[in-house]
Amino acid sequence: MDGIMDLHIHGPEATEAERAVVDAVVGEPAGDRRDLLLPALHAVQSRFGWLPQGALNCICRRLHIPPAEVYGVATFYHLLSLTPQPPTVVHVCDDIACRINGGARICEELAGRECPAHGGWKRSPCLGQCERAPAALVVRAGESPNAFVLPRTTSGAIMASLGSEEARENDRLEPLRRSAPQSGSPGLRLIRRIGQVDPESLEAYRVSGGYAALGRAFELGREGVVREVIASKLVGRGGAAFPTGRKWEAVAKAAVKPHYLVCNADESEPGAFKDRLLMEGDPFAVLEGMTIAGYATGCEKGFIYLRGEYPLAARRMATALAAGRAAGLLGSDILGKNFAFDVEIRRGAGAYVCGEETALFNSIEGKRGEPRNKPPFPVEVGLFGKPTVINNVETLVNVPPIILEGGAAYTGIGTAGSSGPKLFCLSGHVAQPGLYEVAFGPTLREAIALAGGVSSGRPIRAVLLGGAAGAFVGPDQLDMPLTLEGARAAGASLGSGVIMVFDDSVDLGDILARIAAFFRAESCGQCVPCRVGAIRQEELLARLRAGKPIGSRRQELALLQEIGQAMRDASICGLGQTASTAIESALASLDPVPEQGRPS
Amino acid sequence: MSDQPMFTHPPPRASRPPAAPLLPEPKLVDVVIDGHADKVPETWTILEACRHRGIDVPTLCYLENLTPVNVCRVCVVELAGARVLAPACSRRVEAGMDIRTDSPRVRLSRKMVLEFLASSVDLSTAPEAQKYAAQYGARPERYGPPAAPGTLETDRHVGTAQTVAQPVKIDNDLYVRDYAKCILCYRCVQACGSDAQNTFAIAVAGRGFDARISTEADVPLPESACVYCGNCIGVCPTGALMFKSERDMRKTGEWDESKQQKTDTICPYCGVGCTLTLHVQDNRIVKVTSPLDAAITQGHLCIKGRFGFEHVQQREPAGAESPDVKLPEGVSSRFKAR
Ligand SMILES: Cc1cc2nc3c(=O)[nH]c(=O)nc-3n(C[C@H](O)[C@H](O)[C@H](O)COP(=O)(O)O)c2cc1C
Ligand code: SF4
Ligand code: SF4
Ligand code: SF4
Ligand code: FES
Ligand code: FES
Repeated sequence: MDGIMDLHIHGPEATEAERAVVDAVVGEPAGDRRDLLLPALHAVQSRFGWLPQGALNCICRRLHIPPAEVYGVATFYHLLSLTPQPPTVVHVCDDIACRINGGARICEELAGRECPAHGGWKRSPCLGQCERAPAALVVRAGESPNAFVLPRTTSGAIMASLGSEEARENDRLEPLRRSAPQSGSPGLRLIRRIGQVDPESLEAYRVSGGYAALGRAFELGREGVVREVIASKLVGRGGAAFPTGRKWEAVAKAAVKPHYLVCNADESEPGAFKDRLLMEGDPFAVLEGMTIAGYATGCEKGFIYLRGEYPLAARRMATALAAGRAAGLLGSDILGKNFAFDVEIRRGAGAYVCGEETALFNSIEGKRGEPRNKPPFPVEVGLFGKPTVINNVETLVNVPPIILEGGAAYTGIGTAGSSGPKLFCLSGHVAQPGLYEVAFGPTLREAIALAGGVSSGRPIRAVLLGGAAGAFVGPDQLDMPLTLEGARAAGASLGSGVIMVFDDSVDLGDILARIAAFFRAESCGQCVPCRVGAIRQEELLARLRAGKPIGSRRQELALLQEIGQAMRDASICGLGQTASTAIESALASLDPVPEQGRPS
Repeated sequence: MSDQPMFTHPPPRASRPPAAPLLPEPKLVDVVIDGHADKVPETWTILEACRHRGIDVPTLCYLENLTPVNVCRVCVVELAGARVLAPACSRRVEAGMDIRTDSPRVRLSRKMVLEFLASSVDLSTAPEAQKYAAQYGARPERYGPPAAPGTLETDRHVGTAQTVAQPVKIDNDLYVRDYAKCILCYRCVQACGSDAQNTFAIAVAGRGFDARISTEADVPLPESACVYCGNCIGVCPTGALMFKSERDMRKTGEWDESKQQKTDTICPYCGVGCTLTLHVQDNRIVKVTSPLDAAITQGHLCIKGRFGFEHVQQREPAGAESPDVKLPEGVSSRFKAR
C-alpha cells in the first residue's frame, strides 16, 4: 500500500475485547501485512458472530488499509457478516445433491419454525458433503468457537443443534470408511489410508509408508523430482487438467525469487468432496506432497488455501502441520537436507470463485477474491507477484506414489491419454454415495455400478459430470469411458471428478434453476458478461419454467445460447466461461423444461 | 475582481515536458489485424495496434490515464487459435498474433455486453455506451421490462429484468452519486486510489450482481475519506458521478452541451500549474475538467481546481445567478488549508 496515503477512519473505536481479538492475529505487524486481513476478519467473525465496526476500524489501523477497502473485502465473503447475527448459525445446504435427498424439504420445514434468539439458519450452496446429503454446517461463535457438520440431517436435528452444546464427530475412522466405501480394499493408491490409518498420528502415517517418498525425493534431487513428475504425465486434478510437471519446471527455472507453493484446497464445486476427504482422512499425505513439490520447485513457503466450510479438514491439517514441525519434517532444515520449507493454512470465507487460482492469490493477499486477467500466468506472476506453483489437493497426493513408483511406471496406470489413478465423487441417486478411486478408464456405467447403482432402481434420467461447471449427459452416454479424452469426445469434461446421478423422479428444471442461481450468487461481479449474464440466464430459465416466455420458446432458447456464448467467450475467468455449459447441455438433449412449462 | 475575468485569455495548452533520454527502441513484432500484416512495437496493447491502424475498438472501462482493469469486456477481439476472446485494452501484442476485431464471435460478445448493461443500468447520461449499443444492435428489451434489484424470488416478477436501480445519493453540495447509472467500470475506484488521488475513499463492495461502488459501510461522503478532488467524476463514463451544478441544470432542462464552450486555462490557486478546461454555458462555468493528455494533471485535479469555480462565480456582480455553495462539513477547512 502506498505510504503517502493518510487513513481516514470514522466511527466507533474497538472495545477492549475486539482489540484483543484483532491483536491476537495481527500483533504489531512489521511492514506490509495486508495478507493478514482475511485471518483477522475470520477471528473477529468467529468471536462475535459478525464484524462490528469498531473491530473493523481497529483492523484498518493495525494493517494500514483504507476502511472502504476493508469493507469491500468483508462484503465479498458469504461467511462474514456485516450485520449482527446470533452466535449459532446453521448453513443448510439446498444445493443439488441435497435438494434431491430431502434438503429442499428441510428448508421448507425450517422456514415455518421459530428459531431461538441465539440461533438462526441460512441456505447454503453445496457444502462439499454430498455423499452425506442432506447436510448442514453449524457455526458457533464465541470464546471457544466451534464448527461442525450435520450429515444426513433433518430439520429436527438442525433445530436441536441451535440449542445444545453437543457436537463433533469423535470417531476418527468410522465416518471416513462410510464416505470412502472402498476403504481397506487392496490396490488403492490415493485413498489407501482413508478410514484405515489414524489421520491424527504422524507415527501411524510413517508406519504405513509415509515420508518414504520425501526421502526418495532427496535422493533424486530437485531436477530428478521434476523429471519424474514430467515422466508420469500427471495432469492437474483441480479441473483444468494442466500438465503438472510442466508447471513445476517453469517455476523451478524462474529467476525471480522467492517462489511460492499453494495447495488449492478451496473445493467448492457442487458435487465435489474428494479434497475434503483427503485432508480429513490422510492429511500427512497432502503435506508430504506439498513438501516434495516445494523442494522440487525451490519454494520455502507453502500455503494451503482451505475452504472455510471445512472445519474438520482444517483441524486435521493443523494437527498434521504441528506434528510435522515437531518432527523436523517442516522447518528450517528438513531432515538435515539443508532444505527449508514451511506451510501455513489460510481459510477461505465462503466464495466459490476463490478456487480460481488468481482469485485465490488475491484472497490470500487481503484483496477481494477477483480473478486476474491471464496472461501473465501464476508460474511467472502469482502469489505476491512471485512465481507460484498452485496445485489441487488430489494432484499433490499423487506425488508421493509417483516418486516411489517412478514416473514411467505410473504411466502404466490408466490409459495412454490419461495416466494414473483418479478419484470420483459419486452422489445423488446412487445406493452408496462416496469417494471412489479407479485407474482412469472404466465407463460411466461401471463407475455408477461401483457405487451400488441407482438407489431407487429406477431408470437414470441424467448424470452431471464435473459439477456445476461441467455438463449433463443422458442415459444414452453411460458407455463413455471416464478418461480425459473419452469425456472430451462426448463433449463433456471430468472436471473435478463429480458424478452426480439423477433418476427419473427428478425435476431437472428445478436442478437447472439451482445451478443458475449458484452461478449468479458466486460470480465475483467483476466482468459484465458473467455479472449480468448469470442473472439473465437465471431469469430466462425461470420464464421457461413458468411457461411465460418473452416471444416464443424458440426465441428464448436462442437467446439463452447467445447469453452462454458471450459468457464463454468474453468472461475473465473459468466461472463465467462455464456458467452456461451444464444448462445448455441439458437443454440440448434432455428436455428439462417441457413445452407446457410444467416439469413432467 | 475586475470586469476582465481572468479566464478569458487562456494560455496555450501545456505540452509535454521535454522527452526523457531515448530508451532503446522497442522491438517490432509481426501481427495480423483483420487480415492486414503489420509491424508494431512489442510494448503495445492490441488496442493501440488497432487504433494505430484506424480500427475502431469500443472501450468503456479503459481510459488512457488509468491502469487497464479489463472488466467491461466490450473491447474483446478474437485471436486465431485461442479458446476465448481477449480484451484489447490490456492484452499486449505478441509476435504472430492473428487478431480479428470484427468476427461474428466478437460482434456477438460486444452486443451482449452492451445489451447486458443497457438492460441493467440507466444509460441515459452515457452517450458513449448508447452509441455503441446502437452500433452493435443491442436489444435490451429481450429481457423484459426493468425491475428493482432482488426481485426474481417472487413469481410476480418472472418476465422482468433486474436492474441496479436505487435512489441517488446526494450527501454534499459538490457532486452527486447516482449508482443506478453505474456500469461498474472501476474507473472511479482507480482514480481515487493508486492511479491518481491515493485517497481510497471508495471501493467495490459486495459481489456478483450486488457488487457496487461504496464507501466503508456505505457512509455518506462527508464521513468518508473523500477530499472532493472530483477525479472520480472526471473519469466516470456514464454520468453516475456528476457535478451537482450539472445535475441541477439537467433537472431544470437548462443543461445544453451544444451551447457550451470549452476553454483551457491554468488553475490560479497554487503554483503547480494544472491545466483546467472550463465548460462555459451562457457565460457561466458549469463544469471543470482537465485534459487527459495534460502533462501535469493527466486529467486529475484537486478540489480547488475542480470546484473552486463556484467560488469565483459567487463573487460575480449581483444579478448573476450564483449557486448557493455550502461545502460539506470539514471541507471548508481543508479548502483553506491546502
Ligand atoms: C471458478 C473456479 C473455481 C475453481 N475451484 C478450484 C478448487 O476449488 N480447487 C482446485 O484445485 N482448483 C480449482 N479451480 C482450478 C484452479 O484455477 C487451478 O486450475 C488449479 O488449482 C490448478 O491445480 P491443478 O493443476 O493441480 O489442477 C477453479 C477454477 C475456477 C475457474
Ligand atoms: S467470469 Fe465471473 S467470476 Fe470470473 S472474473 Fe468475471 S465476474 Fe468474476
Ligand atoms: S472526489 Fe476524489 S477523494 Fe472523493 S471519492 Fe472522488 S476521487 Fe475519491
Ligand atoms: S461510478 Fe462511474 S466511474 Fe465509478 S464504476 Fe460506476 S460508472 Fe464507473
Ligand atoms: S453438500 Fe449439499 S449438494 Fe453438496
Ligand atoms: S475496455 Fe477493455 S475490458 Fe473494458
